[in-house]
Amino acid sequence: MLIEHAGVRYPFPVVEPVAPFMMEDPAPFTPTQPVPQDRGRPPAILPPRFADWFAGRGWRIRDHQAALLDVMAAGRSALLIAPTGGGKTLAGFLPSLVALSRRDGRAKAGTAPRRLHTLYLSPLKALAVDVARNLEDPVREMALDITIETRSGDTKASKRQRQFVNPPDILLTTPEQLALMVAYRDSRRFFAALDTVIIDEFHALRGSKRGDLMMLGLARLVRLAPGLRIIGLSATVADPDAARQALVPGGEAVLVRGADGVLPEVTVHDSGARIPWAGHSTRHALAEVLAAIAKARTALVFVNTRSQAEFVFQTLWRLNDDNLPIALHHGSLAPEQRRKVEAAMVAGKLRAVVCTSTLDLGIDWGDVDLVVQLGAPKGIARTLQRIGRANHRLDEPSRAILVPSNRFEVLECEAAVEAVAERALDGEEPPPGGLDVLAQHLQGLGCAEPFTADAAFAEVRSAAPYRDLPRETFDRVLDFVTTGGYALKAYPQYHRLRRNRDGLYRIATPTAARQYRMNVGTIIEAPMLKVRLGRGRVLGEIEEGFIEQLAIGDTFLFAGEVLRFEGLRELSAIVSRSRSEDPKIPSYMGGKFPLSTFLAERVRRMIAEPGQHRGLPKQVAEWLRIQAWRSILPRAGELLVETFPRGRKHYMVAYPFEGRLAHQTLGMLLTRRMERAGFQPLGFVASEYALAVWSLREPHDIPALFDEDMLGDDLEAWLAESSLMKRTFRNVALIAGLIERRHPGAEKSGRQLTVSSDLIYDVLRSHEPDHVLLEATRADAARGLLDIARLAEMLRRIRGHIVTRRLDRVSPLAVPVMLEIGREPVHGAAQDALIDEVADDLIAEATRLL
Amino acid sequence: MIVNGERLEGQPNGALWWPAARLLVVSDLHFEKGTALARRGHGPLPPFDTRETLARIEALVAALGPTTLIALGDSFHDEQGPATLDGEERARIRALTAVTDWVWITGNHDPEPPRDLGGRAAPEVHFGGLHFRHEPRADAEAGEVAGHLHPKAAVSVRGRRVTRACFATDGRRLVMPAFGAYTGGLNVLDRAFAGLFPGPFHAWMLGDRLRAVASTRLSG
Repeated sequence: MLIEHAGVRYPFPVVEPVAPFMMEDPAPFTPTQPVPQDRGRPPAILPPRFADWFAGRGWRIRDHQAALLDVMAAGRSALLIAPTGGGKTLAGFLPSLVALSRRDGRAKAGTAPRRLHTLYLSPLKALAVDVARNLEDPVREMALDITIETRSGDTKASKRQRQFVNPPDILLTTPEQLALMVAYRDSRRFFAALDTVIIDEFHALRGSKRGDLMMLGLARLVRLAPGLRIIGLSATVADPDAARQALVPGGEAVLVRGADGVLPEVTVHDSGARIPWAGHSTRHALAEVLAAIAKARTALVFVNTRSQAEFVFQTLWRLNDDNLPIALHHGSLAPEQRRKVEAAMVAGKLRAVVCTSTLDLGIDWGDVDLVVQLGAPKGIARTLQRIGRANHRLDEPSRAILVPSNRFEVLECEAAVEAVAERALDGEEPPPGGLDVLAQHLQGLGCAEPFTADAAFAEVRSAAPYRDLPRETFDRVLDFVTTGGYALKAYPQYHRLRRNRDGLYRIATPTAARQYRMNVGTIIEAPMLKVRLGRGRVLGEIEEGFIEQLAIGDTFLFAGEVLRFEGLRELSAIVSRSRSEDPKIPSYMGGKFPLSTFLAERVRRMIAEPGQHRGLPKQVAEWLRIQAWRSILPRAGELLVETFPRGRKHYMVAYPFEGRLAHQTLGMLLTRRMERAGFQPLGFVASEYALAVWSLREPHDIPALFDEDMLGDDLEAWLAESSLMKRTFRNVALIAGLIERRHPGAEKSGRQLTVSSDLIYDVLRSHEPDHVLLEATRADAARGLLDIARLAEMLRRIRGHIVTRRLDRVSPLAVPVMLEIGREPVHGAAQDALIDEVADDLIAEATRLL
Repeated sequence: MIVNGERLEGQPNGALWWPAARLLVVSDLHFEKGTALARRGHGPLPPFDTRETLARIEALVAALGPTTLIALGDSFHDEQGPATLDGEERARIRALTAVTDWVWITGNHDPEPPRDLGGRAAPEVHFGGLHFRHEPRADAEAGEVAGHLHPKAAVSVRGRRVTRACFATDGRRLVMPAFGAYTGGLNVLDRAFAGLFPGPFHAWMLGDRLRAVASTRLSG
């Protein structure tokens, strides 16, 4: 094992990994497996009390745990990268526990009011609660005089107040709460003695707006508490050094690596059933998935979307003749219901849980020995995170089955398995920090105490996401929170911040401070409605947009049941139980995450090398073989574009493998260009792998259509009128504080106070198109919704490498994307039947050999 | 659309043109709404809503050349609205009230008619078979043209829901959409409309052109 810092490597003794700390299992070693003698240095830095405690448990301090103690003793910050189950959380807390245990020897407890010593930040409040619970064991067993508390949005106001006056030694909380706390008028005093900040799941926060907010909060903490040490805990990432450099605002961190775990055993499910050409349901494989569950102790079944979770849960239960206890867990379910599932899981009462990314992160679920991923995982990092949920220990391999839902996904899953075996990782460069988040943070700064623009700018730039923020942009954001930042007409009134004559900025009014506190955070959820069973209990929450498309009497799947929509009452969708087996409204089943660049590259390579096809399921290999015969298999680095007539239309299908978002943008731009060229395009459909455009006239000179210059004026013109931009603007305006969140109950009086963000967008765009919030909106859309950087990279890569094939009919490779046509705006089961009819047709046509 | 026998032309942007009387009606302008919200500590929204609304009226006046222009109440978002106009906006309003017989109908947001902006004020006016007032009355005579409620309508087609501001009329009375740049809407299937339209009616939804949709085909 190695400690790396600024290019210098300190060798540390390599020891076999031992049992992790955060495990329920108290006896990882049987008497026949004696504790191995530490071959390295003795844990001299470990006080006897701790050494005894480790020994009493039959554990030995791990190298990375000891290394972290060393680093902290030297007063430095550290990023610890270790796989799941590596005792990472204990490693993070050990230095604080040791320091606090020494304190109570010097100053007797109770003689002076406690000051906050360690702040722990986690992306999930449930994780914070879980970690606090696990932390109590060693504290109790070693009889340490250390107080530990959690704090979240659910914590009672009175308790939060008390925590502020009389803080615990260790406080576990979320980035949003950090934002609120640094905005306290008394934050300087509160954080003055802060010694350590521990950031759990740093990789999950980095690069997101929540991460931006957290890093700005940390930049503040570093100023308030000089000498503050920061410990980042991270899963394995593609670029550890970049992560290390991003951890400490204005400072350096040492990189500490845990030992790699045993390689997980990952297999791609080889279904005996026919593998579908398209779709995301994995319906064909669910009987076999159930059989795998029956053979395992406890299984986690991961899916990518809530609606898919509902569908899979429902279908599994229909097949579940043995009544295996299988539960459902996703973010829209009522909290009590989720708690129940979690408790049953920990108690070992469940054989399987069908879940979404709500169970991706850290919480210990006990005895999981199998992870099933339904649908392609889209990225390696996420795959590993999910696989790590099984066998939460280092010395046993995790076992996972990837279940592709269609033929392209077979390739994607195979690529993922290969990458896992090579310990290869995908990772994208995190984008620069959001300007909307910055606007929010500046309001918080003004709530705490007056500040100067120069000092705030220096502080903000010390946070990694804002490292390259130009002063001019900073000034525009500050101007926005002060006056609105409208160049053409200024409000006589100030906005959230007021600038004094002496150049100090402070929060303008108590109302502004209250509004800041009510609106803090960056998670903008779609407006949700409660789903209520008659006048009775609430089953959970569902997106308002989904309910809006229902007519009274429509049936849909929710909370594992088929429900009948009875109407809206205030903020609730009223439903009744339906006896029908099949819901009338199928939900959109597409993936939530775009295919990572890294996996895409591997899939392209896999297709290009027929030698690799032997390892594929027979159906898939044959599919590719017929493709090679009917058209071609594109070589790596080539973009294949096929054209063929069908019906009275001309189809053009391209296979960039760049993910749905980039393909959608490409489709938008291509159709504009084809329109100008007179090809009369009628529509397009994008999948993760391919794009199909159809037109009345046959397109020609195809390489010219894919010219890079489409990202210029066409993109601007399209963006300006796109509804995507309005949606993005709404989020930006909410985070920046231009408009306020809807608070349930405030709806009625709200009518006069709120203005639709669409109207604001239109007015702003026509009167001040260069406003800083529009700039933030364009940046967000380019990255999140349009994947423009990726599209640009692709267009550059394929220039001169476009291979066109003019076919007389659809090719096998084109079938999956063709089957997506008409699938997105589904309504009613009738359309599914229609698709099925078309589907059979297409396949016969594509595979006909003559 | 025909209201109480008079042929009216709703404009796609929500204004009402009565060719026979050369009369243009705009309702619920809510001038200075952005400023009003900012004053109460919200926003500040882009302070261009008044200009945006004015520009739309100016374009209509230039295109249609109305003799009379009725601002059907709630012309200002609140009573301080007239005072917060800047010089340019003030001048543009004066120019409009100078070239038309401009009538400020008094509304619930602006009971006091603005003094120095030109035009005349009245709680209601009557032309031919039509009666113009701000707030629709349940017991109104045939031919009432009112605003106040900001009607909008929603339709669901093939799984997609479209919502637009609209004119609502049953041929006897008409409720106009709000014209101001920052004005929202209330669904015509809301209780507030039930007393006004006891029978079937049509929502003329705004867009690139007006589209009439029978009330039975709307969604709530």
